Amino acid sequence: MNLVGEKISYKPDEQFHLNDVSFNFKKGNLYTILGRTLSGKTTLLKTIAGLLNPDQGSISFEEKDFIKIPVWERNVAMVYQQFINYPHLNVYENITFPLEQRKLSPEQIKKDVNEALKTVGLVGFENRKIQELSGGQQQRVALARSLAKKAKILLLDEPLVNLDYKLREQLREEFKRIFSEGLSQDTILIYSTTDPQEVMELNGEVIVLDEGKVLQKGPAKEIFENPSNLKVAEISNDPPMNVLKGSKNSKNLNFENISLEIPNHFKNLEDKDYNFGIRASEIKLDKDGEEFEIELAEISGSETLLHLKRGNSKIIALIEEVMNFKIHEKVKINFNANKFYAFSEDEKLVSSPYGGTNG
Amino acid sequence: MSKLYTFLKYFFITFWTVFVVAPFLWAVSTSFKDFQSVNSKVTYIPWLDFEPTLEGWRVLIKSPAKGGVDIVEPYFNSIFVTCTASLISIVLGTLAAYALSRFTFKAGFVRNNDITFFFISQRIMPPIVLSIPFFIFLSTIGLLDSLLGLVVVYIVLLMPIAVWIMVDFFNRVPKELDETALIDGCNPYQAFYKVVLPNSIPGLIVAGMFCIIFGWIDFFFAFILTFTEVQLLPVKVVALNSSITPWWSLSASALVSVAPLIIVAFIVERYLSKGNLSGALK
Repeated sequence: MNLVGEKISYKPDEQFHLNDVSFNFKKGNLYTILGRTLSGKTTLLKTIAGLLNPDQGSISFEEKDFIKIPVWERNVAMVYQQFINYPHLNVYENITFPLEQRKLSPEQIKKDVNEALKTVGLVGFENRKIQELSGGQQQRVALARSLAKKAKILLLDEPLVNLDYKLREQLREEFKRIFSEGLSQDTILIYSTTDPQEVMELNGEVIVLDEGKVLQKGPAKEIFENPSNLKVAEISNDPPMNVLKGSKNSKNLNFENISLEIPNHFKNLEDKDYNFGIRASEIKLDKDGEEFEIELAEISGSETLLHLKRGNSKIIALIEEVMNFKIHEKVKINFNANKFYAFSEDEKLVSSPYGGTNG
Repeated sequence: MSKLYTFLKYFFITFWTVFVVAPFLWAVSTSFKDFQSVNSKVTYIPWLDFEPTLEGWRVLIKSPAKGGVDIVEPYFNSIFVTCTASLISIVLGTLAAYALSRFTFKAGFVRNNDITFFFISQRIMPPIVLSIPFFIFLSTIGLLDSLLGLVVVYIVLLMPIAVWIMVDFFNRVPKELDETALIDGCNPYQAFYKVVLPNSIPGLIVAGMFCIIFGWIDFFFAFILTFTEVQLLPVKVVALNSSITPWWSLSASALVSVAPLIIVAFIVERYLSKGNLSGALK
C-alpha cells in the first residue's frame, strides 16, 4: 500500500536530473527531501505527481503502476515554491476548484473548504482576490487547496523559500501544527527544501539528494549526527560543515600546523590522513587558541558568521553574539575536539562524535 | 527649469492634439457642406460661414441609380470579412500559440522558435510580393471577387499577428499554472479552457484589436482581389475620389469608416486597464 519508486532515472539532456533514485514512502509519514538548488528535488516531486515521465524505473502506489495513470487521475496535491493560484478566481473558488473538478456534492465541498480555510487561518478571506493577498497568504491559499482535496499524496516543493524571514519562521511553525493535526493517517507527505533547519524541525524521514542521486536516507537526527559522507555533511548543515585536511598520529590530530589532543571517539582510529569535519557552532573565540585571519564577518540576526583563513584552509565560525570585526584582523579560536568528524580521503564517514561509522 | 518643463509639456501636448484632431474636425465640417461652400472660398463655422446640409451623408445610403454612392453594402462586407477573419485567426492563432509556448516540437532542425518565426515571416514580406500568388491561388479555386476568398486571404494576414502576440503572452504565464490545473484534476483541454484561457483575456483583447485594425484598414488586397461583385469599404471610399471629387460625401464616408475603430479603441482601453494580469502571477 506504499508509494514505491524503483531505480528512477530522468535525463532530458546531457545531465541526469534523477539518477537511479529509489524510495519507499509509507502512509501517515512525513518525508523531507533535502538538497541544494538543482539537485533534482523538484524533478522528483514532479515525477511523483506525474508531470514528468522518468526515462527508466517504476513508481507504484497502492499496488498500481503509477506511471500509466495520467496526472489528472492520480489524486495528488502539490504546492509550488512560486505562489501558484488561479488569478481569475477568488480565494474560495480557488479552493473549491479541484473539488468541483472531482464532482463532489455541494455540501461536501462547503464542508471541506471551510475546514481547510480554518486550518490555514484564512477564514474571512473567502471573497478576496488572489492579487490582494500577501505572499504568505497566497501560499496559505495554495496549501488550503491542497489540504481540501484530501489527496493521498501531498507534495510541497520548497513552500517557504520565497517568503521573507519572519513569515517563513511563522509559517514553518504552523506547518508543524497543520501536519500533525490536519492530515489523515492515509496521507503521504513529501516536503522538499534546501534548508537543513527546516528538515530538523519537521523531523521526518530525510532523503538527501545531490545531482539527482540519493546520498543518504534516514531519520533527521541520524542525518545530522552521522552524515554518511562529506557531501551530506555540507548539505545538511547551514553554514556547511567545515572541512580541514589533516592527519592523525599516535599523539595528536594535526592540520594547518595545529595540533589537537585526540578526542575519545578517535582513539581507535588508524593513524593516517583524514578530512576532519567540524560544525561552525563548535568553534569558539579563545584568547589562548589558534590564530586565524578574518576574510569576512557577517551578522545574521543575533549571530556573527566569521569566515576565517589559515594556510590553505578556509572555515566558518558561528559566534552566538553580535560582534564587530575588521577584515584581515587576526582572531584566536578554539576547536571543540570532542565534536570532530573524521572522513576518509575518499570522503566517507569514518568516525563521528555520535558513534556512527560508515563501514 | 520645472516651469519651462511644464510649459514645454503642455505646448507639445496641445500641438499634438491639434495636429491629430484638426483633420477630424475639418472632415466633420466638410461633410456638412455643399458644392458652393467647398469651392467658392474657405469656410469654417456652420450657419455663419455656410449653411450646413445633410446631402453629403444622404448620398452614402442612396443607390447609384438615384445618384448616390451606397456604401452600406461595402460597409457590411468589410464588417463581415474583418470579423470573420479576426475571429478565426484568434481561435486558431491562440491554439497554435499555446502549443508553441508549452510543447516542444522537433522536426529535423526545426524548433518552436523557428515555427513562430515562420508565422511572423508572413508579415515581413511586402504585401506586393504576396499579391500575385494570392491572385493565382484564388482564381484557381474560384474564389476571386468573393467574400469567402477575402476571408481566406485575411486569415493568412492576421493569424501571424495573433500567434505572435499570444506566444509572447503565454510565455509569460507560468507553466506551473497549467501544471497545477492538471494536478487539480483537469485534463489538458480543461486546463486550457478553464484556467489558461480565462487568464489570457488581456492578451486575447490586444490580439483581437490588432487583427480588427489590420483587417479593417487593408486596402491593397481588397483592391487587387475584388472587381465588381464584392467591394470592401476602403476601396469604395478611395473610389469616390474621381475627376470631380465630392469632398462632402468623401469626408462623411471617411468618418463612418473610422468610427468602428474609435469605438473598438475606447472599449479595449477600458478593458485593458481593468483586466491587468501583473501581480496575479509572480
